[in-house]
Amino acid sequence: MRPQENATFRNTVVLIVGLFLFWELAYLVVGDVALRSPWQTVNFLGKLMQTDLFWLHLADSLKAFAVALAIAVILGLLIGFALGLHRLSGEAMEPMLVALYSIPKITLYPIILLAFGIGISAKIAFGAIHGIIPVALFTLNAVRTTRPILIKTGRVLKLSPAVMVREILFPAAVPEIFTGIRVGFSLTLIGTVLGEMFAAQRGLGYMLMSAISLYNIELIMSVTFLLVALAASVNMALLVIDRRLHHG
Amino acid sequence: MSRLRLYQITVVAGFILLLEALCLSGVIDKITMPAPHIILRDLFLMLLAGRYFDEIGKSLVNVLVAFASAYLVGVIIGTILHGHKTTREILDPLFATYYAIPVFAFYPLFIVMFGLGDGPQVLIGFMLAVVAVIMTTLNGLDRVSPVLKKTARVSGLNALQTARHITLPFCAPYLLTAAKLALAYAFIGVIGSEFIMARSGMGYEISYAYTNFDNATMYPLILLILLLSIAANSLLSRWERMLLVRRGQA
Amino acid sequence: MTVAVTAQVTLRGVTKVFPAAANVNPVHALGPIDLEIRKGEFFAVVGPSGCGKSTLLELIAGLTAPTAGEIEFEGHAIGDNVPEGVGVVFQEDACFTWLNVIENVEFGLRRTTIDKAEKARRAAAVIEMMGLRDFARSYPAQLSGGMRQRVCIARTIVAKPRLILLDEPFGALDQQTRLLMGDEILRLWRQTGATVFLITHALDEAVMLADRIVVMSARPGKTIDLVETGWPRERDSRIVERENFGALTSRLWKTLREESLKTMGRAG
Repeated sequence: MRPQENATFRNTVVLIVGLFLFWELAYLVVGDVALRSPWQTVNFLGKLMQTDLFWLHLADSLKAFAVALAIAVILGLLIGFALGLHRLSGEAMEPMLVALYSIPKITLYPIILLAFGIGISAKIAFGAIHGIIPVALFTLNAVRTTRPILIKTGRVLKLSPAVMVREILFPAAVPEIFTGIRVGFSLTLIGTVLGEMFAAQRGLGYMLMSAISLYNIELIMSVTFLLVALAASVNMALLVIDRRLHHG
Repeated sequence: MSRLRLYQITVVAGFILLLEALCLSGVIDKITMPAPHIILRDLFLMLLAGRYFDEIGKSLVNVLVAFASAYLVGVIIGTILHGHKTTREILDPLFATYYAIPVFAFYPLFIVMFGLGDGPQVLIGFMLAVVAVIMTTLNGLDRVSPVLKKTARVSGLNALQTARHITLPFCAPYLLTAAKLALAYAFIGVIGSEFIMARSGMGYEISYAYTNFDNATMYPLILLILLLSIAANSLLSRWERMLLVRRGQA
Repeated sequence: MTVAVTAQVTLRGVTKVFPAAANVNPVHALGPIDLEIRKGEFFAVVGPSGCGKSTLLELIAGLTAPTAGEIEFEGHAIGDNVPEGVGVVFQEDACFTWLNVIENVEFGLRRTTIDKAEKARRAAAVIEMMGLRDFARSYPAQLSGGMRQRVCIARTIVAKPRLILLDEPFGALDQQTRLLMGDEILRLWRQTGATVFLITHALDEAVMLADRIVVMSARPGKTIDLVETGWPRERDSRIVERENFGALTSRLWKTLREESLKTMGRAG
């Protein structure tokens, strides 16, 4: 690991220890009425992971997420490239995409439910609309801000358009595009889980909501912990790759 | 009118007209979605009759509370962290990963801890917004160049005066960006939470209308939320842009 | 008849060592240096990159304190405070982008206790002097690099400092603008009667503008030569036509060339 990554690793460890301590402290203060300790939560999670039901729900979430992510990335890349290559479209659409980014997308969920019906398609659609915009925006930017000097260099070297895209333009754009995919990944995950929290009969989000109606605090905390830990670790891994791509 | 504006208006108008056509021709049936002009009319009537004003007002108040607290706390924490390098470095991974975490997953936990009142929604809104404010504040403070700080010393300014006459005006665009983000996240957090599980507020009314097949209520409310969040975002963006243009940072 | 020459700034045995930081060894940037800057003169400093010229300027400005030795401004020791009566123009653009030109210049009068009307009057006079009248209400972002630098100079001289420190102020400008700015600086020098201390890496600029030039060695910077140009006070850029202009510039370069090669890591 490079020294910079060493430092990040050390900081992350300190942070995680700190967060666990904070959690334990909160538990000691609030008590069993509303919380469980870190140890109890992890314990319960372990037991939970031995049940078939858990894996059923997890699989459902992952299936929806995977498809949503694929759609978000593919469509996002296409839209991003198209807008990036056509100057006027890119300039005009970018602020509109940014505006769409800031609306509470959950308010669109009922429309999606009405269109797709309750089921996995609605979850996939909902997850996808969360991820499309960042992928598109970052790709758009990556293509649009390709430094002219790179293009000039390609022309001086008499490269054909195909070679230029493959050897110069695409590699130059990859770091930015990857960041877009990383952000899209996280947001798609959030979108999928959020969709499950509102109207679903399966999945981790649904587990969370049913836990609340059962007032099963252990379940609530375990699933919350699992979701947070999963999302955080995957994102950190993607971040390491992201940083490596950006610093070459 | 510039080509850009024309393009944008064409896209939006085109989209609405497309929806209108699809609805009127029956491709999109009435149960799924009424035609745009009907939604607009229903919204108009709803506002005129003053229905749901209480719920709308309640949601907006919660959004503002989440926004204001996240903004205040965020700026203060950002400023403090800027002076404490080690603490900042330790928290850095948290900030980098924060927006990948499904904050809404904490909502059930908050309901258990605080009951089903307004608290959990505002808290979720706060949690979503606060880190964006911290990060933007840090970003702005990072960019105060050494030459400006040296100029402050040469002009005989003490720490407080430097903050007031140099750091603050320099960071103004960033503070505005932070406000824009905080408002957007507060909106998402509060309305989203009302949706999932609440007893009042705009989000709740929409989900209630959904379960009762009440398109005449649901769609106007959805439209209202969209319009409000886009309007707020556009206003702040425009203000932000004005500041940036004047400073040549656009 | 000899005119009494008073020292405005004195440095005795001044050394600056930057302490060790994470992954960085302590840096012996400067000194020991003994130097005297006379009241009212135009004094220049040249030297290879990294020799500590900017550090020297910051020491005199009171922006940083020496590790050893004493610095005095008008008889008083300078520590870590910028003394009253000292103005600094930096290499980087220090314009406040959120204020227009007038507001930027008026900011230079912060430390004074004069009333608003007088401030406005003085600012207007300096803006006129610097040729910025037509741009008084513009914002820095709307001005060219040279004009922004003029705004910074205006902001510095409006407070009528007795010592003006310039840290490669024309570094970011093109050659022609530099030459014109040189003439302006000379004019300002004569009009304000202040002492000017200029750091530059351009030898011809130093010889053209200064009464005395000190050459610094490679790091740790020490003074290795002091050249007196002997120019009359009433001079401008046409001084380059003088006979000994070439000789003076050559002398500087001869001393400097070796030091510069040392900095670049090759033997002379």
